[in-house]
Amino acid sequence: MFNEIIPLLTKALGETIYMVAVSMTIATAFGIPLGVLLNVTGKGQILESPILNKTIGSIVNAIRSIPFIILMVAIIPLTRFIVGSAIGTTAAMVPLVIASIPFIGRQVETSLKEVPYGLIEAALAMGATPFQIITKVLLPESMPSIVAQLTTVIIALVGESAMAGAIGGGGLGDLAIRYGYQRFRPEIMIATVIILIILVQFVQFCGNRLANRLNKK
Amino acid sequence: MIKLFHVEKTYKSPSGTVTALKGIDLTIGRGEIFGIIGLSGAGKSTLIRCINMLEKPTSGKVIVDGKDLTMMNDSELREMRKQIGMIFQHFNLLSSATVYDNVAFPLRLAKISEDKIKLKVDELLNLVSLSEKANQYPSQLSGGQKQRVGIARALASDPKVLLCDEATSALDPQTTKSILDLIKDINEKLSLTVVVITHEMQVIKDICDKVAVISNGVIAEQGSVVDVFINPQHAITKEFISVLLSNELPVAFRGNKISQEETVGSLLLLRLTFLGESADNPVIAEMIREVSGVDVTLLFGNLDQIHGIPFGRMIIGISGAEEEVEKALNFLKHEDLKLEVIGYVQRNYSAFDKGTW
Ligand SMILES: Nc1ncnc2c1ncn2[C@@H]1O[C@H](COP(=O)(O)OP(=O)(O)O)[C@@H](O)[C@H]1O
Ligand SMILES: [Mg+2]
Repeated sequence: MFNEIIPLLTKALGETIYMVAVSMTIATAFGIPLGVLLNVTGKGQILESPILNKTIGSIVNAIRSIPFIILMVAIIPLTRFIVGSAIGTTAAMVPLVIASIPFIGRQVETSLKEVPYGLIEAALAMGATPFQIITKVLLPESMPSIVAQLTTVIIALVGESAMAGAIGGGGLGDLAIRYGYQRFRPEIMIATVIILIILVQFVQFCGNRLANRLNKK
Repeated sequence: MIKLFHVEKTYKSPSGTVTALKGIDLTIGRGEIFGIIGLSGAGKSTLIRCINMLEKPTSGKVIVDGKDLTMMNDSELREMRKQIGMIFQHFNLLSSATVYDNVAFPLRLAKISEDKIKLKVDELLNLVSLSEKANQYPSQLSGGQKQRVGIARALASDPKVLLCDEATSALDPQTTKSILDLIKDINEKLSLTVVVITHEMQVIKDICDKVAVISNGVIAEQGSVVDVFINPQHAITKEFISVLLSNELPVAFRGNKISQEETVGSLLLLRLTFLGESADNPVIAEMIREVSGVDVTLLFGNLDQIHGIPFGRMIIGISGAEEEVEKALNFLKHEDLKLEVIGYVQRNYSAFDKGTW
């Protein structure tokens, strides 16, 4: 029996890791600049701009208020447009990325807010440009906090990727539903749950370690 | 070096407007250490931030090294700020960067080559005696060491002006002393113009050449530190100085009614302020010799220095026949000192008996 389960599990785990890693990378590439933009256009910040801040903020809030399972279905046309199909592991990553960008944006915004304004002021007094303040003050100073926040996003992605799996994306969620639930194979259900728990613990452990190592406070 | 012309600053907020500066005129000479003292909320931080335009004045002019900062655009202002170093009460160091990287920060902003940066940072760390701490993080340093890093960082771009906003207010008295000595030292070595903001007269007394007293957004008085100490005009100034000199009456008299008329058993209290040579003169002994009919009680005495000039303060009580007291007062008026007649005060014997005097 194990001979049959092990390949199923490793394949599903591989798909989950692939979905999470790729979506996380793309979402971070957009999410961090979004978070920076939300922060620096905020009240009393270096590039204060109420209109821009409110506009972006509203869009972010709108996307974040849609439950993932609905978002996934709602954007099927968009997914089909981007990857040419609405089913499969790659297709599942489109809603994952779209849901994660605003999430990361808000998390990064919060992290940047923790940087004391005195540091920004000191940099301004030394003649720093806004771009230099972002790259040399805001991001380095909040890096431990950003890493901790991104860890939370990865964990949320593991959960969402399981949901995405249910619409044919593959991965551990798909496996648990198709075998564990529909074919009534409780041992596969249990194995999937255990792997998910270990995966989440592992991500959290690595995130904590990295955040601690970066933290010089 | 620095000139402010009628600088006003009004903050607008939903809860109303606050006018933090109500027309400030100041002239700060090249190489001077200029102190600005005031109570919390007086407008000190706003004022010093107007000098490098971290706060843009609502009206007025800010001239530094002959250039009007209020007319500059953002990029001109950034260049100008490289000539104006600043240090802060809470140091404002990057917690994620080592001491070396903190000091290198302004140089990297200016895109200077790493070789040149290394030379400059090593020299600065040496100047502030922190060479061995180069690879430590700010969290591993004491408050005084952090401020030394702040000073090294502020000096990295070879500024002409150093602005210090309550730079010693978070430090204990001994550390304060060493930081003030360092500021004085670099002022002399680099002929740097220094502006010091503080709420402590001690700081003014220790390093400043000139002082301005700010109260409610206006300059209440200004002048050389020696003049202001000897002859304070404004109540706020007197208050600041008195904190320093414990100008209060001795315990045995405190709280008792001060009268301009002599009452039985009361002493006429006099406050004498000596400056320079006179502080070393045995004025009281001479007075007793000249005017033999008065009894003199020394109640309080304190000898201090401002810029190496002796500065003393004394409270004495005299009693005796009216014409003898008159003679004593005339004698003191002729001496090179400042005489203030406090009045007739009854001694509080219970305090004396309890030994709290
Ligand atoms: N950013 C600000 N917004 C509104 N009011 C301010 C702001 N900064 C300072 N003030 C007000 O201006 C006055 C002077 O403040 P400040 O210059 O910080 O005084 P000080 O440094 O002497 O304590 C205070 O009444 C303060 O509340
Ligand atoms: Mg202040």
